[in-house]
Order: sequence, then C-alpha cells, then structure tokens
Amino acid sequence: MTESSGEQMLHKEYWDLTYVSGPLVFLQNARRFPTGAILNIHLENGESRQGQVLEATTTHAVVQVLQGTVGIDVKGTSVSLRDDAARVACSPDVIGRRFNGVGQPIDGLPPVVPEKELEISGSAINPVSRAQPNDFIETGVSAIDGFNTLVRGQKLPIFLGSGLPGNELANLIVQNAGTTRAEEQFVIVFGAMGITAREAQYFLRAFDEGGQGGRVVAFLNQADDPAIERLFTPRCALTVAEYLAFEKDYQVLVILTDMTNYCEALRQVSSAREEIPGRRGYPGYMYTDLSTIYERAGRIRGKQGSVTQIPMLTMPDDDITHPIPDLTGYITEGQIVLGRGLHRQGIFPPVDILPCLSRLMNNGIGKDKTEEFHREWANQLYAAYAQGTNVRKLMAIVGEDALTELDRKYLAFANAFEREMTGQGFSRRALSQTFEIGWKLLGMLPKEELTRINKKTIDSYYTPIMEDGLHSPFMDEVPSAM
Amino acid sequence: MAVAVQEQTTGKLVRISGPMIEADEMLGVGMGEIVRVGKLGLMGEVIRIDGDKVYAQVFESTEGMFLGEPVVATGAPLCVELGPGLLGATFDGIQRPLEDLRQSSGDFIGRGITAVALDREKKWPFAPRVTPGQAVLGGDILGVTQETRVIEHRILVPPRMTGVIAWVAPEGEYTVTDVIARLEDGTELRMMHRSPVKQGRPFAKKLLLDTPFLTGQRVLDCLFPIAMGGSAIVPGGFGTGKTVVEQSISKFCNAQVIVYVGCGERGNEMTEVLSEFPHLEDPNTGESLMSRTILVVNTSNMPVAARDASVYTGMTLAEYYRDQGYDCALMADSTSRWAEALREISSRLEEMPGEEGYPTYLSARIAEFYERTGRVVCCGVLADSETPRIGSLTAVGAVSPPGGDYSEPVTQTSQRVSGAVWALDAALAYRRHYPSVNWNRSYSLYFDALKPWFEQHGPANWITLRQEAMTLLQRDAEMQEVVQLVGPDALQDAERLVLEIARMLREMFLQQNAFSKSDMFCGLEKMGGLLDILLNFHEACRETLKREVPLSRVLDLPIREEISRLRDMSNEEFPAKKADVQERMKQALAGLQAH
Repeated sequence: MTESSGEQMLHKEYWDLTYVSGPLVFLQNARRFPTGAILNIHLENGESRQGQVLEATTTHAVVQVLQGTVGIDVKGTSVSLRDDAARVACSPDVIGRRFNGVGQPIDGLPPVVPEKELEISGSAINPVSRAQPNDFIETGVSAIDGFNTLVRGQKLPIFLGSGLPGNELANLIVQNAGTTRAEEQFVIVFGAMGITAREAQYFLRAFDEGGQGGRVVAFLNQADDPAIERLFTPRCALTVAEYLAFEKDYQVLVILTDMTNYCEALRQVSSAREEIPGRRGYPGYMYTDLSTIYERAGRIRGKQGSVTQIPMLTMPDDDITHPIPDLTGYITEGQIVLGRGLHRQGIFPPVDILPCLSRLMNNGIGKDKTEEFHREWANQLYAAYAQGTNVRKLMAIVGEDALTELDRKYLAFANAFEREMTGQGFSRRALSQTFEIGWKLLGMLPKEELTRINKKTIDSYYTPIMEDGLHSPFMDEVPSAM
Repeated sequence: MAVAVQEQTTGKLVRISGPMIEADEMLGVGMGEIVRVGKLGLMGEVIRIDGDKVYAQVFESTEGMFLGEPVVATGAPLCVELGPGLLGATFDGIQRPLEDLRQSSGDFIGRGITAVALDREKKWPFAPRVTPGQAVLGGDILGVTQETRVIEHRILVPPRMTGVIAWVAPEGEYTVTDVIARLEDGTELRMMHRSPVKQGRPFAKKLLLDTPFLTGQRVLDCLFPIAMGGSAIVPGGFGTGKTVVEQSISKFCNAQVIVYVGCGERGNEMTEVLSEFPHLEDPNTGESLMSRTILVVNTSNMPVAARDASVYTGMTLAEYYRDQGYDCALMADSTSRWAEALREISSRLEEMPGEEGYPTYLSARIAEFYERTGRVVCCGVLADSETPRIGSLTAVGAVSPPGGDYSEPVTQTSQRVSGAVWALDAALAYRRHYPSVNWNRSYSLYFDALKPWFEQHGPANWITLRQEAMTLLQRDAEMQEVVQLVGPDALQDAERLVLEIARMLREMFLQQNAFSKSDMFCGLEKMGGLLDILLNFHEACRETLKREVPLSRVLDLPIREEISRLRDMSNEEFPAKKADVQERMKQALAGLQAH
C-alpha cells in the first residue's frame, strides 16, 4: 500500500515548506509522506538535496536535511518523495568500493547494481536466534589477546583521547584479525563519520598496504561533509555488513570511527527539534539510538557469517564518564581504553588494561581454544598489576623508603608489565609469546602471592626469577629506560 | 469471557513522533487501554487523554506510517496470559514468545506480528482439587498440573471472583483454553486467565520478612543478606559486573521460580542465559535451571516503549507464581533503562521534566514497582485459616548510573525504596575483584529481622563471625588511610597483621569466581567455615606475635596459602579439609619460635 501511494507521489513536487531552522525544514501538509521517508528537496537553483521525515503532526512534518539548509527558502524550494525509507544498495559487488556517508559511490565508478535495497534502520536480531559468540580472534596485540580477548560477533570499542594512536591500534588489529580459516571469506566494512582527510587516507592506505584493500567496503563521511549525513553512515555500513554476513556468509569486521562525531550530529538535530536535553546537551534517547547501532553485531544460529564491531570514539578531555563513552560502555561488550600516561612513556600500543574489559572473553578462551590456564593467568596478572599501580601511587606520597619489600616487588612488576607486556611496539605478537612473557612477569612475585591461580597450574608453569625479586627478569634483554 | 460485543472505537492518526502517537476521534477510550495503531495494527498503550484525542506509546517502531491511518481501541489494558507453559519460555516485553516470532518473521524481528503467549494446542494433565457445591474465592486452587518436574502449577480462580462451583472437569488432559470448571452463575473457568500488568495482583495480607533469600554469594549472604520477599538494588557503572551478579543470583538463589527481565540490555547476554541455563542444575532441586525460569527480554535495540511493559510483565508473572504459594524472584536488568524509557516518552509528551530530564513521577513508579515485592498470605478461602498458603516475591534490580555517579535520580530513588544496596565498584572490578561489591558503601536493612533465623539455622557462631569480619574490614579501611599517609612500614606488627588478614578476607571470602565450578555457589556451612578458620588464624597469629615472633615469619608460613585455597573446595569436600588445615595451622603457629 505504501508502494502504490508511493508510486503516485514519487515525482510529484510540492511547494510545502513553511519553516527552516538549523538542519530542519517543516512541511505544512504532513499527510503526504510516511515517517522515515526520504525526500528529494529541489532548490530553486536546480540543486537537489535529500531529507528524512522525522515526525508528522496535523500542522506540519519535520524533515531533517542531510546536506544542510543553507540556500533553502520557503518560496522556491519544493519536495518530492524519493523513497519510503532510507535504503542502501546491497550486493557482493560493494566489496572494494567506496561510498559517501549515505551510500552513493565516490570512487568514480558507476553505482552498484543492487541485488537488494535494504532499509538502513534495520531490525533487531531476535535474541533467541542469536548464536553465542565463542570464536577467538587473534589480534596479535597482547593487551587484547591475553587480557581482553576479542571474539567473533562481539562489539568491542576503542576509547581514545585526542592525540593517542587509536587509529594505529585499529590498523594493527585489522591486519591480524583478517587471518581466517581457508574456507572462510573475510571483509572489512569501514564507516567513517566526520573524520579528517588525513585520518581517512591513513586508513585507506593502511588497508591497501596490508593487502586488505580489495576486501574493504568504505563509507566515508569526512569532516567537511554534511554533518547530518553522519547519522546515516554507520547504519549504511551495518546494513551492508549484515547483508554480507547473514546472506553471503562473510566474516565481517566493522570499524566505525569516530562515534563522538556521530553523537554530536545527533545532538545537533535534537537541539534543533527543541527537545529536552539530557546530560551535556545530548538527547535523552542517545542510549537507545546508540544501541540500534552497536547491537547490530553478532552471530545467528545456523548461519556461517558474523558481524564483529570495533567502534572507535574520542573521549572528550579523556573523560571516561562523558556521556558518549559512558553510554557506549553500557551497550558494548567491553572496551579497550588507551592511556595518555603510557603513551607519554613511549609505550605502544598504550592500552591501559585496568579499565579495559571484554565481556565475552570467557567464551573465547580456555582449553581447546587458547590455554586452559588463560583465565586464571589473566586474573592474576590483572590483580598484580593493579596492586603494583596502587603501590606506585602510595610511593608518590610516602616515598620509596616507606615501602615494604613485597610492595617493591609489586612496583617492579608493574613497571616491567608496562614495558614488556603492553609495550609490544607496532608488530604482531603471537599468543604463545604473550603467555610466556606473562609467566616470566609472574616469576617476579613470590609464589604465595599468586592466589588467583590453581596450585596445579603454578606447579607446571611458575618459575621464580631472581631471588631478591627487585630486578626485572628482562633486564638482560632490554636495557632499563627508567 | 462474557463481554458484550461493542462497536470498536476507531480514530485516526494525527501525530507520529518516534515511539509516541496521537489519534483523534477516540472518545471513550480509557487511560492505559491498549489500542491497535495503523494498518499494521501495532500495539500501543494510551498514556494521555485530551478530549477526544489520545496519546499512546507504541510497542513497535512507527516508521513508515502515514497520518490518517486508523487507530482501533481494544477495550482492555495491557494484560498477560497466566497459565501452565510459562516456565522455560522466553517472551518479549509484551509477552510474545520469541520462538514464535522467529518462526513467523525469521531471525530479525518484524513488525505487526501477533503471537499468543501460551500454546493453545498443548494438553496438560489436570487434576481437580474442588468439588461441585464448594464455594470458591479468587485465588483458590481449582486443580493442579505438573508444569515442570519441580513445579506443580496450581490453577487459580482469577482474582476478585467469588462463586460456587457448579461443575468441574474430571481428571484428564486439557488445553489452556478448555473449560475446566463452571460456577453456578454460569462463569466458565479455564486453565488460563488474563491479568493486567500495571496493577499488582491482590493478596490477603503482607507478612513480616524473617527468612533469608540466599544467593550462594558470600559477600551478599554474609555481609548484606536480604529477606525472602525483600528487595535489593545493584547499582554499578559499566563493566562492574551487574549482569554477572544478576545471573549468578538467578542461578543459585533459593527461590523456586525465577523471572529474569532483560530490560534494554544486550542481546548476547540473553543468548548466554539461553545457552547456559538449560545445562545448569538448580542447586536446590538438581533439575535444569530453565525449568524454574521465565525470561522476559527486551534488548536495548528493541522498541523503547516495550521496555516499560517488560518490567511490569515480569512482575506480574512472578506475582502469579507467588499466588500459587511459591517463593519467586524477579531479576530486573536494568531498571535504569526502564527509567530512560519513561523519560523518553515523557519528553515526547512535553511534560515538565524533573531532575535530569526524568519525569516527576519517576520516584512514584519505582516505589510502586518495589512495593509489589513481599511475603504474603495468598488470597482464597484459606487466607484466614490456620494453614494459609504463603508465597513470596523478592526483587533484585540492577541500576546503571551514568558515569558511575550514584547521586543520579534513578539510583537515589531506588535506594530509598529498596531494602538493600549492593553497590558495585569500578576500582574493585579493575582489579578483577568480583563480585565487585563495595563493602563500605553497601548495606542491608534486613539483617536484624533475619538474626533469629541465622541463630537457629545458620552455621555455628554466625552472628559473631559476621560481626568480627565487619569490624576487621572497618579497621582495615581506617588503617589503609594511615598507610596512605605514612607508609606501611610505620605500622606495628599487630596492625600490619590486621591488614594482612583483611587482605585474606577479601581474597578468599569476599571474592568469588562465578566461572569456577567449586566456587560459583557457596553454601552457608562453607561460608561459616571459611570465616571461622580465617578468624581463628587471626587470633592464633596475634597470640604468636605476643610471643615476640616477627610478623614476617608468621606470614611466610605455607599454611597461610592452604587456608586461602580452602575456598576452592566444593561444598561437600570442605568440612573435612577445613578440619585438617585448622589442625595443621595450630601446629605450625605453635612451632614458631621468637628467634
């Protein structure tokens, strides 16, 4: 029914505009278009833009204009129906292509001949249809593989601060996570919202250099592109990702960057609609809105493919309690957090493991997947590192002399941990090597301290190093920079 | 049901704004009534009436609708179906079985699908418990059917009904819609009945709470126990382990029926429950956990208005089993998402906002919700007799404060109306101290009422042991402050001993591994034993220090590690092992010399 009425309206133009403000225009006759419809907006000078109907009341319909309202007037501008909902062209041919933030090609090639045109708003995966994500993805990053394991179908964001090498970390993950079993097909869907040309180029070049270029579908909305389009970009990317994963059996890794820009666009529309603002002016429904993006990851029973999401966001002022990282953390299955202190010390990747988490880690590790001791091993290293950083704080107040002998061991441990475990440099590290370094580090602590590890495991793997425990077992290999 | 067929009120859509719509020409439609919206017939609930215009929140996405589409009144408020077949099922917020939705619309949830909650085809063996001529009241048991191997489902006379049984079906197999009894006034009773969700089901009276709701989690059962029929909230920032706590409680608590409401949370978490629970054993009965569990799932990306419905749906299902005389528990994860749904709808209604944009009626709603818990005498003719039927409903609500800041309205309001707060702490979670319950910020108001029970049924000296443990933690907190100023070296040996024992208490008692078979569930006996040996050790060490043995030698004893490892013993192995370790501990300490 929508279609038949749609047909009639499709090319019919209406001079309905009554009000223009910020990214919004109001139409006086709201009965013509369904909510969610995509309209063509024809400017008097011949230019054409797109808008989406957000709300309809008896007096007016609210339309957000994707490319901004500059130049639109209420006399000469007309609207016509383009589509009854926002859609994106899906076909296996999208792989290797580049699109703008709303799915139009920008690589100079003709538009993709769609096998399907799917609504970008998507629908929720029925929770009973979901399959439990439990396939370990080896990223080659110790801080992730060892302590916050990524599994297929997970959504694991990277929280970074301005100036921290988040892109480089994402790239490192992409280069390694792409290794799949022989019979599987892998594809990267890259959704960029409001990133600079420099960042966009960095990613695209990195994909090419890593040999992934042909396996990338990119949706690029750059900083100088219309801000409202950013609201469509992640949804286009995820619609294509779901299509490739659940209809074409691909293992899909979705990188979304930068979610902070997305949220700002959301706030912009919300304030133009004069909605009651929530924390820091972001709309009260931002949690729900973000969840309709992040929840589009996972596996489905009986299907081969999977959608794994790595959204990236910049924490304003490194504040993890800011609404954007906060709401994200409530939805995603863990988070990887970068620390400025580590970065300043020249440690790469500067992953601050303490606030990091992977909620699905337990499903991806253990016997037959990684190592049987993996969980205990990680718990012990976590606990010891936390203790070490506590001692470091204490030392800043009371001085080193006031520390007990055990405290000093913990301090040495924490320092060695950051240098040896976290700071692996821009290279892949095998999981077995991560484990080996971990056991070496644990060797710096007395056996009685290792209460998180099963006795049997300790007997087989623990070797105490350096009786006094104050020196790093790595001293011989790496000259101390302290 | 004998409802006169009336012409349905049909109006037209005049406004569509996200999950909220307005329709006119709806005169006579009541507040809270369910309407069918648009050509797809989406379910909506009336939340405001203005003359002949009604405002409704819609439980599905309104995208693609046109103004002018029809809105049809149904004449009834939001109801759930109650009858055998609820246990083990997974419903969405408006009680549609998710498995049925999957069959009709595939792996992604489509719109405008209707599905009934209870299987209409399945036959249940029914055994009558009333005879013709018997007078019955709402809440009386008409008959029973074995719903799962553990739960006998008691078919109740619907609330607020009275009459005399004219006919009752003989023992046999019936579907939920077959008539199984008739009253003298002609009313037909079936195995299933409907109940509105936003109104609490009636009970005869509330009782004092004097039995503990045991969770198998040491830090909760020992330090902050709640009562059967009580309520607790679990506030915590992201990553502090709210969901693991909620899941652990639903796995191991001593309630007989669990309703788990996933409200506005992750889809994969529900998958985890669905794939784990059928394979886990109920520690109290040995049966599969799923046979005592009902899941109500409305994930964060499912329609926001249905979140509001989901908590009430869950509550009503739990009340229904309470009315049958069972101890029920409602887990709500997370109530903050429900509050956010209220906020979103309120803002669409352009209501004057209260704190942080939440509606001013937020606290009233939360209070009403938690007040539906309790231990009650169930309705029925036996209510005033010597042997009334007693049921209870305990609620544990997760709260997700933005930025981990507890001063926000949802945490504050929930704190006021719930009887216990199990505050989760990000700093503990960072250290992988789970459950990350902060013992300084948490509290339970039930302990005094539960004292007599613990004295009678708890482990030996429970009250004293618990008090000593609390004191130890308090002294530890004070001394940590001193250490922060002057360093640990400045402390006396006896004081440093306190720090060490407190550390052991944290590591071997307060921490619990939800993923280890032997540690995930801890019985009261083992809890008492662990505390006992630890406090004994403290005492014995103090004695040893008095003999001028240096602390470092005491701490170096290998027996210390053995004490710590006692927590890895299963509940069965524990007593023997504990006796052995305790004996050797005494010897080891006695053997220490001053020089």
